Amino acid sequence: MPVKVIIPTPLRVFAAKKDSAEFPAQTVGEALGKLTIEFGDLRKHLFTEEGKLRSFVNVYLNDEDIRYLGKEDTPTKDGDVVSIVPSIAGGRI
Amino acid sequence: MATKTQVVDANARFTNLSKDEILRYSRHLIMPEVGMDGQLKLKNAKVLLIGTGGLGAPLGLYLAAAGVGRLGLVDFDVVDSTNLQRQVTFGAQDVGTPKTLAAKNRLSSLNSDIEIQTYETKLESSNALELFKDYDFIVDGTDNFPTRYLVNDACILLGKQNVYGSIFRFEGQVTVFGAPDGPCYRCLYPEPPPPGLVPSCAEGGVLGVLPGIVGSIQAMETIKLIIGRGDSLAGRLLLFDALGMKFRELKLRKNPDCPVCGKNPTITKLIDYYEFCGVRGEEAPASNVLVPEITPRELKARLDRGDDLFILDVREPHEYQICNLNGHLIPLGELPRRVHELDSSKEIVAHCRSGKRSADAVDFLRKAGFRKILNLKGGILAWSDEVDPSVPKY
Repeated sequence: MPVKVIIPTPLRVFAAKKDSAEFPAQTVGEALGKLTIEFGDLRKHLFTEEGKLRSFVNVYLNDEDIRYLGKEDTPTKDGDVVSIVPSIAGGRI
Repeated sequence: MATKTQVVDANARFTNLSKDEILRYSRHLIMPEVGMDGQLKLKNAKVLLIGTGGLGAPLGLYLAAAGVGRLGLVDFDVVDSTNLQRQVTFGAQDVGTPKTLAAKNRLSSLNSDIEIQTYETKLESSNALELFKDYDFIVDGTDNFPTRYLVNDACILLGKQNVYGSIFRFEGQVTVFGAPDGPCYRCLYPEPPPPGLVPSCAEGGVLGVLPGIVGSIQAMETIKLIIGRGDSLAGRLLLFDALGMKFRELKLRKNPDCPVCGKNPTITKLIDYYEFCGVRGEEAPASNVLVPEITPRELKARLDRGDDLFILDVREPHEYQICNLNGHLIPLGELPRRVHELDSSKEIVAHCRSGKRSADAVDFLRKAGFRKILNLKGGILAWSDEVDPSVPKY
């Protein structure tokens, strides 16, 4: 079983309306990289031009924030779930 | 030896319940987890609700029903008919009434024993600390990023817990910020998204019952904090996916370097949150790109004259069903793949609901080489306002 990446609602419009995608990956960064290759429009919403993860987007490996693990170098194994958790405010922008 | 009433705290405002209250709250009192002790804590509690809309509706209703002794309601908005799809404290007769007043009427009729204080004002850096200081818990039911950061920072500066809930379409998040040794909003999201990068709710929409569920969870968390029972969501982010009907939980950690709640805070007073979020004024501009425009009146004049204009509608199919200008429908997300359906030798007017998506479409097409392309300023909403009121607005 590859790594599953969960795509949150506000970003599904850039991912052909999918709510998740699966990729074989050794690290969180690799999984996200493959995601943005498959869905090019997602790239600018997840990464800055310099290739850093945007600060209003949090990424979790299973239930842990990757900032407290190894960030994008956090190793992944089959069956892991990478969740993208953007900030939502509800209602207005 | 049990007595009829119990003193909760020597300094508590209320130290007993009336016979009527004992009857009203009997279903609380017969549970050992609440009992007279817990019900008196509720009676003595002071909770401030920021926002009396979709989230504020179940919050107000359930906290009033539970007997929270003092509820503060902060909202500057007025009830309109589009609110009634989800803001269930209001009725049709309340359209046009300030929300705080309509909510107070509804909540008072549910429970006339509690005190309801209304603040028909915008929450701002200039008034937040003063408003919050007399309340025990703050519940964030707002709908925009600047206010989220303002509520968070004010709570941390005052040492108060913030029961946070947020929604988007059919997803929700709930947690408790500001618990002792717990994370705050900035630990989770140090920076807001720049406006325009996250779809706004004008295009997003929301399932009406979703804030009902998320707000009810916030009410539950508030009650648990007041009576001191159960495990609070502090340190956990509850994610709710309504379409999949799944709840998930993620760990929230306190960031030791957090600028407001960390070991060495750099933010020690409230800031300009609109500037922080890159939004000047109440709402973000309608479009982030500057493109050539045509107003609805100008378009009508040209169509009446017989000009050969191609109307391109970049909304979604379900919007086209609500109302349309007989345009050729290519949803914005499909435009790159379907651009071959457009003839660049013809003059094209692109429109959407309010003019934002179509501005992005015009920008994209100009970069693709289209020279004769205009954005309908204000979208089909403006067409309804200025040209044809029979076109329904949504």
